[in-house]
Amino acid sequence: MCSLSHEKIVKTTTDIESLRSEIRDKSVRVIDVRREEDYKQNHIPTAVNLPLAKLLSDDSPERVLKIVNSMGIDDETSVVVYDDTFGALASRVAWTLEYLGHSDVSLLETTYSKWKSIGLESDDLVPEIQSKEHSINLKPEILATSDYLESAKEREGVILVDNRERLNYLEQHIPGALSLPYRTLSSQDKILRPKEDMKRLLDNRGISGDSEIITYCGSVGTLSGLAYYALKSVGLPNAKLYVRSFKEWKSLSKPTEKQEDANYWDLSAE
Amino acid sequence: MTISNLKQSRPKSKKGKINWARSQEADYFANAVKLYRQGKFDADSFRRFRLQHGAYGTRLADDYAMVRVKFPAGEVYPHQLEKLSQLSEQFSIGSAHFSTRENIQLHWVVLEDVSEIFRGLAEVGLTSREACGNSVRNVMCSPLSGVCPDEEFDSTPYALATARFFLRNPMAQNLPRKFKFNFTCCERHGMVRMVDVGLIPQIRIQEGNPQKGFKIFLGGGLGNRSFVGHQLEEFTPEEDLLYTSIAVVRIFDRLGDRKNLARNRMRYLVNDMGWEKFQNLVLKERAIVRATQSVVTKLNVDDTPNELKRPIKISDEGGSSIPDGYARWSKGNAFKQKQSGYYSVFITLEAGDITSNQLHALSEIIQDFSSEGLARCGFSQNISLRYVHEDDLPQLYSKLLKVGLAKSGALTMTAPIGCSGTTSCNLALTNSHRLAKEIQRKFLDLKLDEDDDLRDSSIKISGCPNSCGQHGIATIGFFGGGARFDKDMYPNYMMQLGGRSDGETMLGISSIRVPAKRVIPVILKIIELFKQNKKPEDDLKSWIHRVVNGVDDSEIKSLEDIKKILMPLTLPPSKTDDADFYADYGSDTSYHTKTGKGECAA
Repeated sequence: MCSLSHEKIVKTTTDIESLRSEIRDKSVRVIDVRREEDYKQNHIPTAVNLPLAKLLSDDSPERVLKIVNSMGIDDETSVVVYDDTFGALASRVAWTLEYLGHSDVSLLETTYSKWKSIGLESDDLVPEIQSKEHSINLKPEILATSDYLESAKEREGVILVDNRERLNYLEQHIPGALSLPYRTLSSQDKILRPKEDMKRLLDNRGISGDSEIITYCGSVGTLSGLAYYALKSVGLPNAKLYVRSFKEWKSLSKPTEKQEDANYWDLSAE
Repeated sequence: MTISNLKQSRPKSKKGKINWARSQEADYFANAVKLYRQGKFDADSFRRFRLQHGAYGTRLADDYAMVRVKFPAGEVYPHQLEKLSQLSEQFSIGSAHFSTRENIQLHWVVLEDVSEIFRGLAEVGLTSREACGNSVRNVMCSPLSGVCPDEEFDSTPYALATARFFLRNPMAQNLPRKFKFNFTCCERHGMVRMVDVGLIPQIRIQEGNPQKGFKIFLGGGLGNRSFVGHQLEEFTPEEDLLYTSIAVVRIFDRLGDRKNLARNRMRYLVNDMGWEKFQNLVLKERAIVRATQSVVTKLNVDDTPNELKRPIKISDEGGSSIPDGYARWSKGNAFKQKQSGYYSVFITLEAGDITSNQLHALSEIIQDFSSEGLARCGFSQNISLRYVHEDDLPQLYSKLLKVGLAKSGALTMTAPIGCSGTTSCNLALTNSHRLAKEIQRKFLDLKLDEDDDLRDSSIKISGCPNSCGQHGIATIGFFGGGARFDKDMYPNYMMQLGGRSDGETMLGISSIRVPAKRVIPVILKIIELFKQNKKPEDDLKSWIHRVVNGVDDSEIKSLEDIKKILMPLTLPPSKTDDADFYADYGSDTSYHTKTGKGECAA
């Protein structure tokens, strides 16, 4: 019986019913990554608040450890993260926990708006949290730095995926990247498509097998964080997040590519 | 009441009568792309296959496709728009584009994602099959069919039945070139003499009984060379409609030019053969078809009328005040139907573009305001809601305002057509798409939509001499090209005047070349000349018609007189004086022409 926790299947998302029962059993730490004022109005019962901006102000492992401890999370705590931005912000927080070495973290399968719109419970109580001690066991294999990316993308079998919107990709992207806009990853009411659908979509794009896959987006690794979990959801074993993304790439004046000779922006109705 | 409760109170979208989709086509397409990438499907065969399924290549970018989704007879249902909203956000650029032939286009789609779009379309009964390629393209029908005060009967069921008959029909899978049917409501709303087969519904009294039928026009079309169609016979009874269509398609299939891509539309065949010979051939062929087809070959015309049900309104949260701009909007966008108390409302778009969010909003607006529960695409890159009760118009306007869809002038000259041009088309020489938007913004600023004299006129722009922007039937039409002053190139347009597609259809007469950045001042100058020289009963369209036919008796007697006055406006400045002149709209670098291989994108 004691081996049970080690055999726990790594899940990417937690469905609504499971989360509700885990909340009832008090066997989960729920993290709400929305802004503090939204959280204060109401949130999923027992959730603690970690606005993404607060995390991003300094996401060094030492600081993240402090935050994790203060949220009452130790190595064995089951964590579920949610947001109201189609899972992208939640993904960035979940990935950060994973990078620290916390394996039992997943995303709520839907957004808070959807949770509310189907009439599920919420409250405005801020839970009393007893601080815990988490270890640091960094997982560098899920992180890509710019230097790493620059050498890796020249290697055979490494796939680089750009998760920004198509027009931004056409305008400028890291040479060799595939365009897979974050909107492609969701279904109508779930932050990620059903597994079979996702598999087919990725397979069509040649994203499959044991390839090393690196995702990036505009600036802080949120949209590409969601893509990281999309890859995980279909069991692709070797995904990395280029967490500083295109903003850093450009600031380092590294090479970029543009779709020339077409006025695609003028086709947009924005 | 919360937003979610409001949403729940809206009844489900009405489903289309016909499922145009075959879901297995998504799998075929996905497999074909894989084989093509592995080099097991040669490029030419793959291109034919891709076009047959409704996916074009994209400007100088082989890895992207444009998916053209058909709305047969122009009909589109709310849940279909909702799906298109999702698909455009997921796989395209967050917006979609209404074409001039009642299609909607998703641009800059990764070729490998096209099959995912097909899958989504199949969920809502839509297809892009035969929207491109050498097949029977989308069968159009006037957006006013069924509500037009001048029509003799509603041709919509016949358009739908014709579309259903030819879609995936082996007889029309490998024609010499594309083939187009347009059904309309009446002479005035036109568009039947500039297409392969154009049809106007007619009722003839036969031995005291009314008999339905059509006036059929053959061999018209717009393109590098345009022709006006010929009327086949005085009256074609409805039971002969299908026989006639089959006969014409068979003749084209048999005799059309399969070698010379530049002149193999049916209009060239008609022109080369001479109308009388072609006409005889059609009548003979029809007799053969009639004699040899089995009785089951009939058009499946479903003319059960659409159920009309005025949507029940949730009480107006904004009170009953009429928002600013309503009068102007309703004047330029609402059309009074023959059904008393009802209007058809046209949504003004910019050169046919609409965002994903707007598609989503429109889907709900249609359910809330159209008593027939669906929408109809227009002839000019737009969409209309019909059977809107006149009491609901102000509220509809305020709903449209909230989502940026309440621009004025849909039914006026201030809503120009612009093909996709250099935004996505391989053949384009100029950014006709953006030019159309620039003209619209300027003319709405000047409130030209309120000028009754300009109402019936039109501006249509193509980015190359092919006629996807329909410049040949515009009151003021333009097609793009490049020009040179000293060593420097600039975007330039040939202007054609006096084109029209109604009962007096004629093609515009070429006048002068106008640099892209001078198009707006030139049109404004034409309007000024018209105002100075018009007779009291004139509108711009009738005045230009007289001038180009050389029969006006004012100071401006002919096209030559107009050309003389406009010429000075078109002279190129030096590049140091005005660098902007040498850049096309939407670009800040010097202009140069660059094209890829055409696949005949409209």
